[in-house]
Amino acid sequence: MSEALSHVVIVGAGHAGGSAAAFLRQYGFEGPITLIGEEPIPPYQRPPLSKAWLKGEADADALALKPESFYAENGVDLRLNSRVDRIDPAAKTVHLTDGNSVSYDFLILATGARARTLNAPGADLYGVMALPTAADAEMLKAALGPGKSLAVIGGGYIGLEAAASARALGAEAVVIEVQPRVLARVACETLSTFFQDYHRARGVRFELNVGVNGFEGADGRVTGVKLSDGRTLACDAALVGIGALPNEELAKAAGLTCADGVVVDLSSRTSDPSIFAIGDVSRRPAPLYERDVRLESVANALEQAKQVASVIAGRPVAPPEVTWNWSDQYDLKLQIAGLAVDADEILVRGDPASAKFAVFHLKDGQVRAVEAVNAAPEFMAGRQLIASRRTVARDKLADTTVSMKEVAA
Amino acid sequence: MAKITYIEHNGTEHTIEVKPGLSVMEGAVKNNVPGIDADCGGACACATCHVYVDDAWQAKTGEKTAMEESMLDFAEGVEPNSRLSCQIKVTDALDGLIVRLPESQH
Repeated sequence: MSEALSHVVIVGAGHAGGSAAAFLRQYGFEGPITLIGEEPIPPYQRPPLSKAWLKGEADADALALKPESFYAENGVDLRLNSRVDRIDPAAKTVHLTDGNSVSYDFLILATGARARTLNAPGADLYGVMALPTAADAEMLKAALGPGKSLAVIGGGYIGLEAAASARALGAEAVVIEVQPRVLARVACETLSTFFQDYHRARGVRFELNVGVNGFEGADGRVTGVKLSDGRTLACDAALVGIGALPNEELAKAAGLTCADGVVVDLSSRTSDPSIFAIGDVSRRPAPLYERDVRLESVANALEQAKQVASVIAGRPVAPPEVTWNWSDQYDLKLQIAGLAVDADEILVRGDPASAKFAVFHLKDGQVRAVEAVNAAPEFMAGRQLIASRRTVARDKLADTTVSMKEVAA
Repeated sequence: MAKITYIEHNGTEHTIEVKPGLSVMEGAVKNNVPGIDADCGGACACATCHVYVDDAWQAKTGEKTAMEESMLDFAEGVEPNSRLSCQIKVTDALDGLIVRLPESQH
């Protein structure tokens, strides 16, 4: 069969899956594309769910990855409300739970990740939610407003963004974190302290070093969070943001190699040459860091969507990018480049008190990662420095009177 | 509606009616104009929606914020008329706007 007539089936109609379909067409692929998604709506962007959208600054149209007409106009058979039951890799067929089956020449798994749930009494009460889908976000938005209170369980980026959005909507917010500081797993102490202080100054309360034993409710609705120290915090809604798990069950059942994520190479190909995996569900090589990683970010989803579209459309695959991500809280824009792993030195450029600074993670004098708060030049130059792997002049990097252009030159 | 013409690096023109209130970036992405990636969806976080604003339209597209300016500072192929299209809000006054797209957004 010629490549041009290959049938591409994409399982998962999120940011990664929707983008893969769009890049396939952009790169000139003319074969049929079937895009299968569980949710009732076409692919949309998730990052705004805890940011601009939650604050009411973006509507549903703005969330959509493409206009609804895009799919029909571009020959993409979009099947919503559809769930894949199993993959038969030998017969190159996916079987849907509704009894239908679709055969493929290339299969792209873009099934994403699901929020890790709290296995605690009362976690099924109305108002206890995670934030993986637009439907959850709708429920959260409806629960917030003046006089309401939000309990955020887990001091990660999504939790902090939701707390900031809750404050913007006039609601009270408390963040409960079992570690001694927020962002404990993803950021250095300087950044954690900065975010805690910034949130506190805007009325967010923190309960650190304390776990959650369960939830209290009335009439099926959450009314409070029970802490491990015996206290109960009253709330109208509870957002559980304690990480995510890859939706890799279909891949596992199909015999694909998985290791907390479907293992892929730098063209997003799995252990089955006809099957690819992209986005949050995949575990991919990060050559700069000499390890495999599972990345939950738009940048990664798009990079891998381009990789697979390139392979199928017969184009060369671009070399790997320096991974990046961002977070919006209040008037803060945090931009992160690279992976803060294996660092042997942390260098802060600028003064956190000015809310404009950057934390550089160095290893052997090379920049491995940068976390930039309202500091776009540090982020942009940091990406270049990470990619170049050259030894950076520490004194210049620490000196804000030396421009990042000069540091990176 | 404002008519906006996006000219790809290879010369292909796309003229599109864009609803006021959207950004120039959204007008392109929602109509599948290739050449504007907009990875971050309009948060001014990635500099992958870089465009060159036709000289006649520069004043009407407004001033760059400090954030946009610094992001552009490090983008490739930046010219005095470079903008991040997610930061240009479409209004009726931009009816007829012409923007050119760079060869690559990365």
